[in-house]
Amino acid sequence: MNADPEMKTVSEKTKHPASEAGRCGPDVRSDLRVRIEHPEHGGIEIELHSRVQPYYGESIRRVADTVLEELGIHHARVQIEDEGALPFVISARLEAAVRRGGLGMGTRVLPERVPFPEASPRDRLRRSRLYVPGSEPKYFINAALYGADGVILDLEDSVHPSEKDAARLLVRNALRAVDFLACERMVRINQLPLGLEDLDEIVPECPDLILVPKVEVPEQVIAVEKRIDEVKSDYGLTRPTWLMPILESALGIENAFAIATASDKTVALTIGLEDYTAHIGVVKTSSGTESLYARQRVLNVAHAAGIQAIDSVFADVGDLDGLRAWATHSRGLGFEGMGCLHPTQISVIHEAFAPTAIEIERARKILAAYNEAQEKGVGVVSLGSKMIDPPVVNRALKLMARAQAMGVVQ
Amino acid sequence: MPVAEKAEVVTNAAGRSVLEMVNGRPQTPYMGIGKYRPTGAKASAPIHTVADFPANGDKVVADLETALRKCGLRDGMVLSSHHHLRDGDRVALMMLHAAGRLGAKDLVWFPSASFPSQKSAIELMKSGVIDHIEGSMNGPLGDYCTQGKMRGLGVLRSHGGRWQAIQDGEVHIDIAVIAAPSADAFGNCDGSHGKSACGSLGFALADSIYADHVIVVTDNLVPFPCVPWQIQGNNVDYVVQVDSIGDAAKIVSGTTQITRSPDRLRIAELVARFLRDAGIMRDGFSFQAGAGGIALAFVSYLKQLMKQAGVKARFVRGGSTKFLVELLEEGLTDYILDGQTFDLDGVRSIASNPRHVATSPFTSYNYHGKGNFASMVDAVVLGATEVDLNFNANVVTHSDGRLMHGIGGWQNCLASRCTILAVPSFRDRIPVILDEVTTLCGPGELIDVIVTERGIAINPRRRDLIDAVKQSNLPIRPLAEIKAEVERICGGRPRRPKHGDRPVAVVKWVDGTLLDTVWQVNGSF
Repeated sequence: MNADPEMKTVSEKTKHPASEAGRCGPDVRSDLRVRIEHPEHGGIEIELHSRVQPYYGESIRRVADTVLEELGIHHARVQIEDEGALPFVISARLEAAVRRGGLGMGTRVLPERVPFPEASPRDRLRRSRLYVPGSEPKYFINAALYGADGVILDLEDSVHPSEKDAARLLVRNALRAVDFLACERMVRINQLPLGLEDLDEIVPECPDLILVPKVEVPEQVIAVEKRIDEVKSDYGLTRPTWLMPILESALGIENAFAIATASDKTVALTIGLEDYTAHIGVVKTSSGTESLYARQRVLNVAHAAGIQAIDSVFADVGDLDGLRAWATHSRGLGFEGMGCLHPTQISVIHEAFAPTAIEIERARKILAAYNEAQEKGVGVVSLGSKMIDPPVVNRALKLMARAQAMGVVQ
Repeated sequence: MPVAEKAEVVTNAAGRSVLEMVNGRPQTPYMGIGKYRPTGAKASAPIHTVADFPANGDKVVADLETALRKCGLRDGMVLSSHHHLRDGDRVALMMLHAAGRLGAKDLVWFPSASFPSQKSAIELMKSGVIDHIEGSMNGPLGDYCTQGKMRGLGVLRSHGGRWQAIQDGEVHIDIAVIAAPSADAFGNCDGSHGKSACGSLGFALADSIYADHVIVVTDNLVPFPCVPWQIQGNNVDYVVQVDSIGDAAKIVSGTTQITRSPDRLRIAELVARFLRDAGIMRDGFSFQAGAGGIALAFVSYLKQLMKQAGVKARFVRGGSTKFLVELLEEGLTDYILDGQTFDLDGVRSIASNPRHVATSPFTSYNYHGKGNFASMVDAVVLGATEVDLNFNANVVTHSDGRLMHGIGGWQNCLASRCTILAVPSFRDRIPVILDEVTTLCGPGELIDVIVTERGIAINPRRRDLIDAVKQSNLPIRPLAEIKAEVERICGGRPRRPKHGDRPVAVVKWVDGTLLDTVWQVNGSF
């Protein structure tokens, strides 16, 4: 279908080449494929095949008409093969096809916006963040239902280089049209400089957090912060957009502290172990010994910088026991969360990062003993035969606060 | 052309338009749950005498055509088959084509279910060998019927309703042909052994008891006695030996796999948690779930919760799969009461474990009996193509009116103490929750809980369930709220396709009354 010689002949007669976007086929869900030819006259002609034709055929035509009109297209032959795409997807695919034909530049066709959730606090829980490929709209709509603390709409590694432009529009529209409920709305942009173009398109839709991949020097974080500020200022936006740099190379690990402190918008630091282990030329194991130094450095730097330390992902989504072991170890090291590649990983991670019943009980006793000592005006606090120092009390307070935030205790 | 075109339409107690006559027989409109009172005596097969059968018990004849001829095959007869071999079955088509070769016309095919691999039955309908099908139709057969091409009306019944119709004399089977994974020359047969083993043969039991003539077709003829026997040779006229009764790969799946779809997993997990939090999952409880993706995942989640709580079931109802067999073998249930067997683990278990018991639509589902097992099950998890705000549900047609599924045991299972429909809130952009279902298969007063990936709706009639989960952290929401949310996501309400004004099939309720009508859908699909 891509190499239809007929179509080429037709489009060669016009100023703009025929262009396409999206996917169709029996295995494709919630997406569509659109081809647009640009004749010089004849108005808008839409040929539609849809698996939801009897129910939403008219609605699809209406959306297509509206998008083309907003993009200033008056003559077009449009072929749509629809696999049940939702309106925000239809709109993004049409816009991508028009832009690929070199038209409609400078106009953004935006779907209706769901109300923004509350702005994300700097130190909110970030135990789990669910990666969703930015070019797979079928995963967007329910991504928030699985209870992750964050949803990452990914523009980087999960998107084929030839689909970067279209994925950007899909993600932009998803940020407007999809209700991500209580999830922090995150976007992983591409490696710079392409990532800066991503920002131009998505920052106006106020993602809560930007993951910056493959950071090696602080200037990259500064460039991202600057671009975000410029776009926000253009659009008059004030909602915070936090940053989470991902360190994925030996150099990144060496520059970790400078990277972590380059912007006061940075709230967390994380590590990408697939790339890091590949970079230092070792195999990533389930024990993680080969990356222990790098992970501990990320931890120490994050604490030094006063931000959250977040672990990588566990790639074998079928091995929940392996994930549990990894996550438990990760929490033991001092990480506050991990990435997720499949929703089934979320609850395992939440359990592993939650304080255990024994820890909570012990913290309760410590705090009770401390409060009792305070009431009595006793300087030295003891629990049983053990003396309790102020840092122990502090740790107990932190643990209880975290347990409360996770809903483990009232 | 269809008798139905002349038939009058009346409105039944569910407010649906139903026919007064179906294939020349007067009908009773649905009157409400338990309202219709049957009268009279059960139907019966003619009396035979041992004098007409060989004393040495050898009823084997050369081939199926010979057997059909000896059974007195004539135009207009009702021929039945069972679907325990599912999409791998070869015997039903063997029977229909043999009847065609013998020159029979206007037959009624009365399968316990039909499958896509049986699509050549369409040719037999076109050539007039088959007049119409009374039984579930999907795939190509469903399309043929929905397009109004079948001469007679399709009659869709539940598994229990099929027993009821045979027993009550609504359908008189002239010749039953029973595919048997093992049989002896006397006609005793069983499904749990042989190269085409399929587990239970329960769906063929009524046919064997009530049909005028019974033919057993087997690819595993064993010396008398075939033990165990689920079908008694004393009801069998002839036995036919063939090379193969079915494609083993399609009869049972090697292993049944749990879905990887996050949405389906979430629905399954919510159902399991609902059973726990509502207090249904307790020592000695019982449940039934099918073999679909959500059902399998549900069993696996429930198993974890049962282990955590130290709870075991008294019995579970099959369709059995590896997952139920594991419950049995790990001591988490005392029994599997099995209606059909879906995978190799199920077949192995039913053949070897005395606590894995074959049941029939009579014991499990028949509404015109002295009770049945379905109403004794604490919770059942079912699917649906559509539900509406009154908790009514559709399981046979797509929202465009096309026949998609058979009723199976679905209607019968609604009798459970807690009926749960586990459904995605939309499929391919098409909302599943509507103002009114396209085809009514299950009255809302029997449907207690609807679990979607976006939340759980409890039927307001079930105050007890609403109270039971008050303290839980499950996402309990009004059905209308979920519906509104889905319509927002999908870009407004779907346009409702207008159906044609010609009936193509009818949906029976479990008591034989008419619940709804399936109308012709125009156009090709």
